[in-house]
Amino acid sequence: MSLAAARPAAALAGAGFRRWSTYRQAAVAGVFVNTVFGVIKLSILLAVADSAGGTVAGYDRVGLSTYAWMSQGLIAVVVIFAWTELADRIRTGDIAVDLARPVDLQLAWLAADLGRALWGLLSRAIVPILFGAALFGFRVPGDAAALLLLPVSITLAVVVSFACRFMVNLAAFWITEVRGPVTFYILVAGLLGGHLIPVQLFPSWLQAVAYATPFPAIMQWPIDLVTGQASGWAALGLVCAQLGWAVALLALGRVVLRRATRRLVVQGG
Amino acid sequence: MIVEVSDLRREFVVRRPAGRLRRTRDVVAAVDGVTFGIEPGECVGYIGANGAGKSTTIKMLTGILVPTSGTVRVCGVEPVRQRTALARRVGVVFGQRSQLWWDLPLQDSFRLLAAIHRLPASSAGPRLAECVELLEMEPFLDTPVRQLSLGQRMRGEVTAALLHSPELLVLDEPTIGLDLLSKERLRGFLVRERRERGTTVLLTTHDLPDIERLCDRILVVDHGRVAFDGTLPGLVARVGAERVLVVDLVEPGPPLSDVPGTTLRLVEADGLRQHLAFRAEETTAAAVVAAVSARVELRDLAVTEPDIEDVVRRIYES
Amino acid sequence: MADPRVLEPAAGTVAGPTVAGAYGALVRSRIAAQASYRSSFALDIAAQVLIGLVEFAEVYVVFSQVEKLGGFSFAEVTLIFGLATAGFGLADLVVGHVDRLPYYVRTGQLDAFLLRPLSALGQLVTSDFSLRRLGRVVVSLVLLAVALTAVDIEWTPARVVLLLVTPLIGAVIFGAVFVATSAVGFWLVEGTEFTNAFTYGGNYLSSFPFTVFGSVVRRTFTFVIPIAFVAYLPALALLGREDPLGLPGWLSWSAGPVALLSCCAAGLVWRVGLRHYTGAGS
Repeated sequence: MSLAAARPAAALAGAGFRRWSTYRQAAVAGVFVNTVFGVIKLSILLAVADSAGGTVAGYDRVGLSTYAWMSQGLIAVVVIFAWTELADRIRTGDIAVDLARPVDLQLAWLAADLGRALWGLLSRAIVPILFGAALFGFRVPGDAAALLLLPVSITLAVVVSFACRFMVNLAAFWITEVRGPVTFYILVAGLLGGHLIPVQLFPSWLQAVAYATPFPAIMQWPIDLVTGQASGWAALGLVCAQLGWAVALLALGRVVLRRATRRLVVQGG
Repeated sequence: MIVEVSDLRREFVVRRPAGRLRRTRDVVAAVDGVTFGIEPGECVGYIGANGAGKSTTIKMLTGILVPTSGTVRVCGVEPVRQRTALARRVGVVFGQRSQLWWDLPLQDSFRLLAAIHRLPASSAGPRLAECVELLEMEPFLDTPVRQLSLGQRMRGEVTAALLHSPELLVLDEPTIGLDLLSKERLRGFLVRERRERGTTVLLTTHDLPDIERLCDRILVVDHGRVAFDGTLPGLVARVGAERVLVVDLVEPGPPLSDVPGTTLRLVEADGLRQHLAFRAEETTAAAVVAAVSARVELRDLAVTEPDIEDVVRRIYES
Repeated sequence: MADPRVLEPAAGTVAGPTVAGAYGALVRSRIAAQASYRSSFALDIAAQVLIGLVEFAEVYVVFSQVEKLGGFSFAEVTLIFGLATAGFGLADLVVGHVDRLPYYVRTGQLDAFLLRPLSALGQLVTSDFSLRRLGRVVVSLVLLAVALTAVDIEWTPARVVLLLVTPLIGAVIFGAVFVATSAVGFWLVEGTEFTNAFTYGGNYLSSFPFTVFGSVVRRTFTFVIPIAFVAYLPALALLGREDPLGLPGWLSWSAGPVALLSCCAAGLVWRVGLRHYTGAGS
């Protein structure tokens, strides 16, 4: 993006941040829910480790705790829940207003999403992680490379997540009830992305399926940088893969958007 | 009496941010000692500015809200304590909220309400048919409620409220947003309803022609208290509303500020048209015309009657 | 002259001037409204089936790594999972939508409920009937059936009855949790999300053996919010096992009275909430 385009983008990101920060009650409630789910998830994983003799798929107890609290903390950041804002605007026809603006539609929404992700990070990620660290243990990455790459990885995870959600929401141009595809997306992305259980624990056939999708790039890989499952050159490799997915999916999203808007024009809005 | 309200009070706690982090609590009395009674068969208009306490009173009458103090009895029962018993005997229409089922055809709403009120089809059927005919709803009985125009929906709401033949009908701003024809149709229907069945009607409205057409009695509410309880002519007389004589002169003249018994309200077009206000108790239109003609030559004149909005505003201000 | 037959019951329905008839009419109207959206309905059911399968995937993945979880085998955990999600699915079907209370408060729809001669809670419960959630119930029953072929149960008449009755009692318990947590909507308008920790969190944890959890979680979800009675304890009774955590055996058979108690508690919470709404509590 050129500098000229950066200012409106920054403004949009700021607006995205502010809008979400007004829902304080909801943020506190969300943190509470995430924490309870984190305890349940971790209990199950620890029982698995116990059954397996202390470690499973390269995770020891502290590693599993780190995984669990990172995966809960990142929910609000990478949006592992129903997001239909774009689809709603398409359904009501307000999308025509957005399309008429001199700002690129996809990048404008991406900027807003990054703002929202930052707010999510500050409001909903930190508390569960601190809670988990205090009660269950949390291992900070010892690898300097992984630590430096972490912010990049999380940002790219948000972008990949956005690119997927963007395309899923665009389905609203073709079907009226987007709720089905959105639910389908959350489930599959959550499972294959390693939100419920680390991908390393999957049986090999399911692992293969997962790595064929962009979903591990959304949740598992940033977490791998923290738990140490990927360090050094492997960490850089994951980040590059995230970048690849991000670029490819954004491009695909633009293609879909072009077809959608062409359809809109043909139908007369 | 069908409605008995005595020293009714309802307070709300309002939290306001005061400064950066703290919040203060204010106790606001939305209804501050209201007393009135309504006899069966009456039609009472309940008017007041926004925030004067009308909706809060209605909520206390219909069992949605409990009074902070005072007593209220409607159809002989205490509204909140015997809510379901009251619901069978009262019909309520909210102008700005719907009680129909949005995604279903209109007649399904009627069917559901008949089931809810446990009305046997033998009595509810003819009743509904009558309303449908009088309000001309046949063309859109099959249309989902969300697709109806406001006028059509209001006809449905009123029918829904009357389906179980309540003794008391409460209407909260029923004509808001309606066009003139729809308003008149609704008013005509309510007049007929009262005449045929003796249904008591309590109506809150900002639309004073509603009052003129329907109500024998007006209650003016201001800041949670009853400021006036009587008839519309009584209200006009009490406030001492003014009539205005508008005179068109043959040629522009000086302001007629010294005509006895009048106050010069407005001078237009350099004195070609002037508005003189006078009070009905103090002088007559004929006397004022005579006095003015003695001073200038008149080309044309007109007398405007008190603006009812003006009357009501004076009550608020007094 | 308008047709007075417009108020006659639709063909094939039984209408009578009773309270049950009133609620029945409300629920039927919801079902009719949903069935009319044929294609998205099919998609919804498919999505629900998928939810069930994805949730089970967690169990499947766990057992690809280990033989036992908390002392229970794959088939035994599947039994617990099936009982739990069947109970939750049934509850979700009938009362899952009561968490829309804040929306009804905001739009004034709750006032419309209060103006009718029916209980507000009854109208809230019958305000929707999510037929599509049947998809999840079906998945859970299939899993339950499969689990039953693989576990070792000494069948007695009592155990058969227990098996048939457990999903229903589980549904009642979850229903009570739904209603009690929805009543929070009378006080908090924005923050009702936290109750998901008890409803959906309860569902999550009810699907696994309680031996997996720490004592705080176990005690809270056995004695405060009786989730343990939905699947874990009945499963113990079916399998004929002692609770490794030391709870007495008769407790595993007590889900019924517990469900009843839960309903009373939920009703009480609802009453308090409604009183607060109508200003009687202040």
